[in-house]
Amino acid sequence: MRLAIFAAAALMLAACGEKATTSAPADASYQETLMTQLLDAQPGDVIEIPTGTFSFDRSFSLAVNGVTIRGQGMDKSILSFKNQVAGAEGLIVTASDFTIEDLAIEDTKGDALKITKGENIIIRRVRTEWTGGPKTSNGAYGIYPVQTKNVLMEENVAIAAADAGLYIGQSQNVVVRNNRAEYNVAGIEIENTLDADVYGNVATNNTGGILVFNMPNLKQPGARSRVFDNDVFNNNTKNFGHKGTPVASIPAGSGVVVNSNDQVEIFGNRINGNKTANIIVASVYSSGLSQDGMSADFDPYPEGIYIYDNEMGDGGKNPDGLDLQALKIALFGPMGALPDVLWDGFVNPDKHDGAALPLSEILCVQNDGAEIINIDGPNGFKNPHLAAGEHDCALEKLAPITLTGPLAE
Amino acid sequence: MRKLATLLVLLLAACGSEETSPTFHSDSNPQRLSDWGMLSASQGALQLGEGVTPYDLATPLFTDYALKLRTVWIPQGAATYTANDAFDFPIGTILTKTFFYPIKGDAWTGAVTYGGEHTVKKDVMTLDGYRLMETRLLVRREAGWDALPYIWNEDQTDAVLKRTGAVIPLTLHRPDGRAEDFAYVVPNANQCAACHATNANTKEIAPIGPKARHLNKRSTFSPAFNQLDYWVAAGLLTGDFSDGTTAQQSADWTDKSLSLEARARAYLDINCSHCHNPGGAADTSGLNLEPDASGPALGRCKSPIAAGSGSGGRAFDIVPGHPEQSITVFRMQTTDPGAMMPELGRAVAHDEGVALIAEWIAEMEGACG
Repeated sequence: MRLAIFAAAALMLAACGEKATTSAPADASYQETLMTQLLDAQPGDVIEIPTGTFSFDRSFSLAVNGVTIRGQGMDKSILSFKNQVAGAEGLIVTASDFTIEDLAIEDTKGDALKITKGENIIIRRVRTEWTGGPKTSNGAYGIYPVQTKNVLMEENVAIAAADAGLYIGQSQNVVVRNNRAEYNVAGIEIENTLDADVYGNVATNNTGGILVFNMPNLKQPGARSRVFDNDVFNNNTKNFGHKGTPVASIPAGSGVVVNSNDQVEIFGNRINGNKTANIIVASVYSSGLSQDGMSADFDPYPEGIYIYDNEMGDGGKNPDGLDLQALKIALFGPMGALPDVLWDGFVNPDKHDGAALPLSEILCVQNDGAEIINIDGPNGFKNPHLAAGEHDCALEKLAPITLTGPLAE
Repeated sequence: MRKLATLLVLLLAACGSEETSPTFHSDSNPQRLSDWGMLSASQGALQLGEGVTPYDLATPLFTDYALKLRTVWIPQGAATYTANDAFDFPIGTILTKTFFYPIKGDAWTGAVTYGGEHTVKKDVMTLDGYRLMETRLLVRREAGWDALPYIWNEDQTDAVLKRTGAVIPLTLHRPDGRAEDFAYVVPNANQCAACHATNANTKEIAPIGPKARHLNKRSTFSPAFNQLDYWVAAGLLTGDFSDGTTAQQSADWTDKSLSLEARARAYLDINCSHCHNPGGAADTSGLNLEPDASGPALGRCKSPIAAGSGSGGRAFDIVPGHPEQSITVFRMQTTDPGAMMPELGRAVAHDEGVALIAEWIAEMEGACG
């Protein structure tokens, strides 16, 4: 039953992306100043980070609600963790009602900016970057809010995270817009999150561009994400994630990937040049997870996926992994390409009274010229086939996200 | 019972004398540790303040092999017993934990070692051959607990408040001759909360050690008594509690007369469950290391959620029978700050703790299908 087709995708170090860094020596004395400011902060405070490159040897943290941390620009106020000796992240925030904007966090050992269990959060024009380019030894996440509510992430730049550049997990009511994610394993990842709008973003040169995932063993399964008006192109960087992490099973050349999530709408995007497939819809059964390691109530089947009106092209020409490569050659020839939409074909055989859902409630595609391939994952790819007709259906469209409280526009 | 109480009164009366008297500062944070009157250092000895009671835990948190001296002081009233959680301490309570090392060599050069026990006897601890690093306070104030880190001075006469924490370079000399440089990290005040806000939703700071199961052992300081019984007799503990035999009990992880399961679970409990519990900071991972967890929640065949380099290239937290394939063991072995567990309070590997958890996993049956 368990297939590791995507896990077969290569996990080797990416050799690309090395670049020389020439910057002024970092100022180490500022760390104490900022840490003290953050410890002493009161609600309503604005903590300004001056222009300069400042060196940190350990994590710093914000635990006070209602604070703004503001730099002078993502290329002007740079917090460098090149010399970090302790701490699993650069900045960790355990607070609510805050804004972080106009600064950069570079070269952390673990995650760059982690936010847990807060609400009413704005992360704006923040750059997170590993300056040596994509490497397995880079930290996992760039911007990483988890278990948060009412969150806006906009105009950020995330580069070379060994997991996801911009990630939001186990959260509710989220807008991710006008960001740029490049050279990460996952550019933008929405995981176990309810109600997310992801639009106006650029995801390029990642292993996978935009991911909408559900993972087992968590309190909240995700659903209702809209991915629209994004530019998702040439996400062909070799997977440099750590084996065992969920994203390590993403084939290089994945544009938009839905895994085990429900009610995902993908429309009006420009998705091009992703060499495995422009859009992939899959179950965790394709990700190498153990069935013995899943909580009993986990639903591994993507359902209610609606793909329409995207501009897609030039995808699927050189899929990552031997299985998909063989499949492409067998079906479409050495010069051919996989269709724009690739579905692994896992359906819940016992959704209602021993019957599966009709295909029209699982995956609908109304996208000019886009073909769908069902690779027949449940039967070990015995009968991969083009499946356009059955999926020519419409699903009810999701409502736009309305940010609330202090984030209401 | 009355006899015991009388005896204890006599014992307590014999303790403490001319040192600074213990003081609860309800609002201000004194710059010097001595202003609290919990501990004082002079003439090569650390002396407990009057009425300051040392205690220890069945299995302690590992902190880079530092030895620890824990004390409790309650100016008025007593802690209220609870079966599972940390006891409910009254306002004014001050808990301290002092971290110290045996010095390697004759003079202090930053070289430390480990092995052996060293603690107070009759409220005094000799310092010859030992180096005091830091003393952390948990102060129960009107609004809740405050966490304050104090760093001992060069002369070892007092410790100074350092809310931003510190990194102190040390060299660890292991008994087998290996030496390794490491960064001993004194947490900043927020990092104190990273462990002590055991419920990450309320974010309220709470003690971790003073729970019935951790204290339920023979007292190191008054060996005739169970430590919980001692706390009751000394007036430190009250509530719905009869005696140590009825309370939960964590294993001493080094006591090989106890089951491997009990020792491993006690170790994971004290080292991990302050974050890895269903309301803790690490519930984002879905991994629960409290004593009652089981199955995928305990890590069996469980894929990581957001481990990054913490996966160590391994697929599951626990692969039964295969510690060398289990992420749990990797995260305990590694000293990469981006991959290691716990995230705070450790810079070197706890070889003996790793061995315990590896043995526990090695004896598990089954496989990940």
